[in-house]
Amino acid sequence: MEDLGITVIKVVFIWTWVLLIATLMTWVERRGSAMMQDRLGPNRAGPFGLLQPVADGIKLFTKEDIVPEKAQKILFSLGPVLFALPAFSAYAVVPFGDKLVLDGKEIILQVADVNIGFLYIVALGGLAVYGMVVGGWGSNNKYSILGGLRSTAQLISYEVPFGIVLLAVVMVFGTFSLREISLAQQGTFLGFLPNWGVFKQPLGFILFMTAAYAEANRVPFDLPEAESEIVAGYHTEYGSMRLGLYLFGEYVNLYTLAALTVTLFFGAWHLPYLDMSHFLGPISYGIASFLVFFLKTAFFLWLFVWIRWTVPRFRYDQVMGLGWKALIPLSLVNLFVTALIIQLTV
Amino acid sequence: MREPHCNVPGCDLGSDQMVGDYVTINIGPSHPAMHGTLRVVAKTDGETVIEAEPEIGYLHRGVEKLGENLTYNQFIPITDRLNYCSSIVNNVAYEKAVEKLMGVEIPEKAQLVRVILMELSRIADHQVCIGILGVDIGAFTPFFYQIIQREEIYEIFEWYNGARLTVTAGRIGGQDADLPDMFEEKWRMLKDGIRKANDETDKLLTHNRIWMDRTIGISAFSAEDALNFGFTGPCLRACGVPRDLRKDDPYYMYDQFDFDIPVGKNGDVFDRYMVRMKEMEESIKIIDQAYALYREMPEDAPLKAKVPKIIKPPAGEVYAALESPNGELGFYLKSDGSDKPYRIKVRPPCFMIYQAFPELIKGEMIADTIACLSSLNIIAGELDR
Repeated sequence: MEDLGITVIKVVFIWTWVLLIATLMTWVERRGSAMMQDRLGPNRAGPFGLLQPVADGIKLFTKEDIVPEKAQKILFSLGPVLFALPAFSAYAVVPFGDKLVLDGKEIILQVADVNIGFLYIVALGGLAVYGMVVGGWGSNNKYSILGGLRSTAQLISYEVPFGIVLLAVVMVFGTFSLREISLAQQGTFLGFLPNWGVFKQPLGFILFMTAAYAEANRVPFDLPEAESEIVAGYHTEYGSMRLGLYLFGEYVNLYTLAALTVTLFFGAWHLPYLDMSHFLGPISYGIASFLVFFLKTAFFLWLFVWIRWTVPRFRYDQVMGLGWKALIPLSLVNLFVTALIIQLTV
Repeated sequence: MREPHCNVPGCDLGSDQMVGDYVTINIGPSHPAMHGTLRVVAKTDGETVIEAEPEIGYLHRGVEKLGENLTYNQFIPITDRLNYCSSIVNNVAYEKAVEKLMGVEIPEKAQLVRVILMELSRIADHQVCIGILGVDIGAFTPFFYQIIQREEIYEIFEWYNGARLTVTAGRIGGQDADLPDMFEEKWRMLKDGIRKANDETDKLLTHNRIWMDRTIGISAFSAEDALNFGFTGPCLRACGVPRDLRKDDPYYMYDQFDFDIPVGKNGDVFDRYMVRMKEMEESIKIIDQAYALYREMPEDAPLKAKVPKIIKPPAGEVYAALESPNGELGFYLKSDGSDKPYRIKVRPPCFMIYQAFPELIKGEMIADTIACLSSLNIIAGELDR
């Protein structure tokens, strides 16, 4: 058990870090989309418009907080909190590096290495739905309710394949702890491939990514807030920082999902064919593992942006169809084949 | 909260707010997906539209009545505000009607200038339509590829007479100005730009599985129904009817140009999209041929027929139509021999197409309603006049 001081430092660090990255993501999203669309994007506030998120934040904080007259006040206020809270909490069990050795004390770069890391993430992901449904219902607006309903149906449908894929990953690595999974991905597999989850669970990876996009409400699964159909979906009536919490929570979610993808499928902080701990000092190794992990995460964050500005949006029934008719059967097959291989080889 | 209420006579959608399992939702007139100020009151069962009633008139400016108090030339700027995506086509359609009433044949050079400007407008119009269709289905990026090229087209319009959107091109009896000097150079670059944008759009959308799922078979319409509703333009051609006034009733020098009429098969959103995409290519071909003819004209060839300073067409009435980007755009004019028209009636293609909207979206989902509306390219300015 680590002492409390270090845990507090880690919590503060990861909190700040996630907030910083989520803030930066809004900039990356806007500049990135502008790059793809032959535009410039925000480039006025600070160098390359880097301070734009700060300006947006100030704007959101200072806007008038409007609660619609007919809204159900308590639910309306509760919605954004319910959405943002799980988003901010979920990162606690995801590692952000290997370990740092300071004064002979080993600091694990993860807030909480709980042995049920998976269940925690799935549970919090499920909780986030309440934020949208409660917000959508409390707004007393038909578009909001439609958005809320869409999000319920979508998230519940995609939670199932998400969970089943995670089960297959658990079977491969034999543990629920995300740190142990990360550690297990060192070295090579079949002699030439890096020992990464993506090579052991290729189908699982594709299914996981699809489900993750649906969980994160990103294009092509952004139906709960499809702006051209139902105005802004569940947050139509929201303004000021309440809206800010929704938007921000979404980017925090993205960061968690990207980090989870890296942890499960892309060898966490391991470089392929290379063991950094052999030739780096304890402190520089800690920092290097953090950077490697972050760079991999950054790629998947960029992938979210990339895909968002490339493909059109599904229709509601098509999303349901894909979830129930394709993802769930495939994830079950994946689980079955994984079980079979493990049974035959071990 | 005011409940949605439909003012259309005979529509009882507003009264039974929640009968059984249905919910009435009010889409528009201020809704991100409603182009201009359209309004649809839809009775929905979950996400499925059981029936819908469009309500029009939010952009009614009394264009036809305005015309009765303006001289013939003064009315031209008003026509800009009909289909503002392709204002030149409206100008020319009106001028063509007045010239027909006066029995004036405009000089060949003016005809060519009109053809070139009109086809540029057609491309611009289709670019907007396709871009917005993409946005409404959730693909944001093609919109920018298209709009950037449209801005280049507007550059030509700006060179032509200073305005970009409401161009007011031409006067009764011919054109007021020649093509801009740099047209040839600009067009050479623009042509590649348009083709490249179309190519990119094509790659991003046409064979994209999600795009195909969202558009193929959505709001499909049979050729017979389409004809009964008075469809014209790309929406009719998407149903497989190769009707195009440029071929069927050639005006100006369209009979001398070699171009095809792209047709679809099912009349669904996908076919309308494809027809528009192909039509842009045909328009490029027409402009190339028209410009080749234009270049052979002597520099000082007349741009305007001999018409009196004050236009006073003989008493009578006339209907003249041409193929606008959305379909048959007709002007019916009645003159009593004075310098102001006695009556102007506009036949906008959108009006007939929009009538079929409830039919087209019956049983589809809310998301399809928006896709269908975009693919029809309903322009409120033209619809409400």
